[in-house]
Amino acid sequence: MSSLVALPILIPLVAAALMLVVRNLFAQRAISFVALLSSLATATAVLVDVWNTGDIAVSRLGGWPGSFAITLVSDGLSSVLVVVALVVTTTVLLFAVGQQTPDEHSPYYHPVYMALVAGISQAFLAGDLFNLFVAFEVLLMASYVLLTLEGNRAQIRSGTTYVVLNIIESVVLVMAVGLIFAATGTVSFAELPERIAALPDGVRMGLHLLLLVAFGIKAAVFPLFSWLPDSYPTAPSSASAVFAGLLTKVGVYCLIRVQTLLFPGELSNVVMIVGVSTMAIGVLGAISQHDMKRILSFHIISQIGYMVFGLGIGGAVAIAATIFYLIHHIPVKTSLFLVEGIIERNTGSSSLDDVSGLARKSPLLAVLFLIPAMSLAGFPPLSGFLAKFALVRGGLSAEQYIGVGVAIVVSLLTLVSMVKIWVGAFWGEVAPTSLINSVGVLRQHRSMATATAILVGFTLVIAVAAGPLYEFASRASDQLLNIERYISAVRSAS
Amino acid sequence: MIKSKILEELIDRWLTKVGTLVAIFITFRGHNAPGGGFAGGLILGAVFVLQYLAGQQPTIRRKPILNPERLLGLGLLLALVTTATPLFVGGAPLESYIWSITLPQIGKVKIVSSTFFDFGVFFVVVAVVLMVLTFLGTRGGAISHEPTDGAG
Amino acid sequence: MSIWAFTLIAVLFAVGSYLLMERSLTRVALGVGVIGNGVNVLIIASGSDAGEAPIIGREGVLADPLPQALVLTAIVIGFALLTFLMTLAWRNWTITGNDEVEDDVEDRMITRRAEQTAKLGDEPHPEDVQT
Repeated sequence: MSSLVALPILIPLVAAALMLVVRNLFAQRAISFVALLSSLATATAVLVDVWNTGDIAVSRLGGWPGSFAITLVSDGLSSVLVVVALVVTTTVLLFAVGQQTPDEHSPYYHPVYMALVAGISQAFLAGDLFNLFVAFEVLLMASYVLLTLEGNRAQIRSGTTYVVLNIIESVVLVMAVGLIFAATGTVSFAELPERIAALPDGVRMGLHLLLLVAFGIKAAVFPLFSWLPDSYPTAPSSASAVFAGLLTKVGVYCLIRVQTLLFPGELSNVVMIVGVSTMAIGVLGAISQHDMKRILSFHIISQIGYMVFGLGIGGAVAIAATIFYLIHHIPVKTSLFLVEGIIERNTGSSSLDDVSGLARKSPLLAVLFLIPAMSLAGFPPLSGFLAKFALVRGGLSAEQYIGVGVAIVVSLLTLVSMVKIWVGAFWGEVAPTSLINSVGVLRQHRSMATATAILVGFTLVIAVAAGPLYEFASRASDQLLNIERYISAVRSAS
Repeated sequence: MIKSKILEELIDRWLTKVGTLVAIFITFRGHNAPGGGFAGGLILGAVFVLQYLAGQQPTIRRKPILNPERLLGLGLLLALVTTATPLFVGGAPLESYIWSITLPQIGKVKIVSSTFFDFGVFFVVVAVVLMVLTFLGTRGGAISHEPTDGAG
Repeated sequence: MSIWAFTLIAVLFAVGSYLLMERSLTRVALGVGVIGNGVNVLIIASGSDAGEAPIIGREGVLADPLPQALVLTAIVIGFALLTFLMTLAWRNWTITGNDEVEDDVEDRMITRRAEQTAKLGDEPHPEDVQT
């Protein structure tokens, strides 16, 4: 199994290299899908293995012994996230191909998209801090290009803020890596926990804060989120869907690693306060917005708050809830952005002023919006309800009543702003100014609609399979909390 | 652009050739001594930058390199194939293999599989430098996008 | 780590941070380059003492190879970032005629208000009357 671990990184990279040579659009599309599906197959194989045996799959690049090798580690959390990420990126690519926009027709779109996929997989699988940094750079670089591929005025402007902010994040991260290496003499996740524990308190806290700031910028938590609602709305719909679904979640994943593996249980109060304020501020921002993409962008922040809150509570129950939340949130958020993309493609606008009466025009589109929207707000029996319920239960068992109260209020406010989109865009008379044709909205964009439907179906599968998935999440969380297990798995790998 | 004829001649006649040789030497040297594909690629890249400053298109054997993207792809492909090949023979990705062969006249030659990786990196770096020169150095003739305000 | 390395890192970070605050994208790019070098020196300086190249068979004190590998990677990444920022600045210049980052953070709101004003006809927008 361990030989398969590296493939979700390698296959997309090989595909990207091939597509720089083969510049025919149809060939590029074919290569992209083959690469994504075969990566998905290998990642699923690893996941099934990890699920069945409860082992941690480790791959050592270069076959070097000890801590010399670059290790790729696929434990429960990593393997499930890689699979979810590949499902999401595949469907979004299907959407992008159907979208017929100038950026997808650029010969660079597909190679860069593959680099993004490789970076995301690498970030989830990285077994040492520096490899994680490299993965971040790969996926960030790809995201810079995707964000500014059309090169129009708005994209350049918001792209600049995004790029500069993320460069600052990279500087903080590489500084943290350098200082951690100076303090401990290693960057491997398997060796760091012991050596960090041996450091003096002050040094440890400084290093910990550096990492939290770096990953906090990436995850867009409370004081560090301002770049997100500015940059995501100007990206092309397909790109912003991937960014919204996955990039911030990579930051959350890294925060989970930091809080469970490197600095277990430290500064958890800070993390929890950050999480609670992120929830509240994000949803308040969303309520005051009047543009669908901006509302959804603020909701990313608010939802990140839930995960960070769960992480701050700590303990097996809350972290299992956080993992489940992560798995549920990625496809839900992405499908909301895809629905918004269809609307924008059809009406040429994402402002709630310009769009109305879509429910009458296309009931199916309304359903496709309603399911993830209600899931985001936490309506039973959808996956969002289960995720929030698990989180609230974790919070109650840890007696964090204030945080739980905020979480419930925020979930109501989420419902309010989802209803706002619903009332604005789907209800009411068909706006006379809107460009909607008299034909069905979805029939014009079959592959966009199919992609969205697949993803919405995936969220429903998560809701239906919630029982086993939650059990897997709690096993993954046990694995995360059992640091010894991680260390011995990496050390004993051949 | 450099106006002096002498500098142009100097760069064209001597620096180009010497620089290319040094770049190749550094790339091969990389296995057992400081150097390698990245350093070699940068040296060749610097040669191209010099040529560009001397007012010429970057050339190899008088033929302008038209498609640096393709070179980038090929280099990346070479590096990645070297990375992935050990997987098929039961090794770990990036694992290095050494073969010893004896050539007539030259004697014993060691071939290390990581050399191919190094050359992939070499091509990638050269291609990136060339892309920077063609995209940023030619007033954007290579970028076809027109400003399309409001399309996003 | 010697005091000189410290001073160098501090100066590089200070200069880089100052340049990052600028409006002009070219200066931001320069700032990224300078601050990147600061980080690289930091990693090298904090890594270990200087020494021979760490190759089997060499005698004496060997340098730690890992920080050098890290720095090489960081340099490559910095190179790529710098290139991208330069492209962005150039693109900005072809569109707007300068390379300054524009300040219309809430351009969407403004466009919306402008559209509403247009719908209302010649009457000014209510929010404009108040101000």
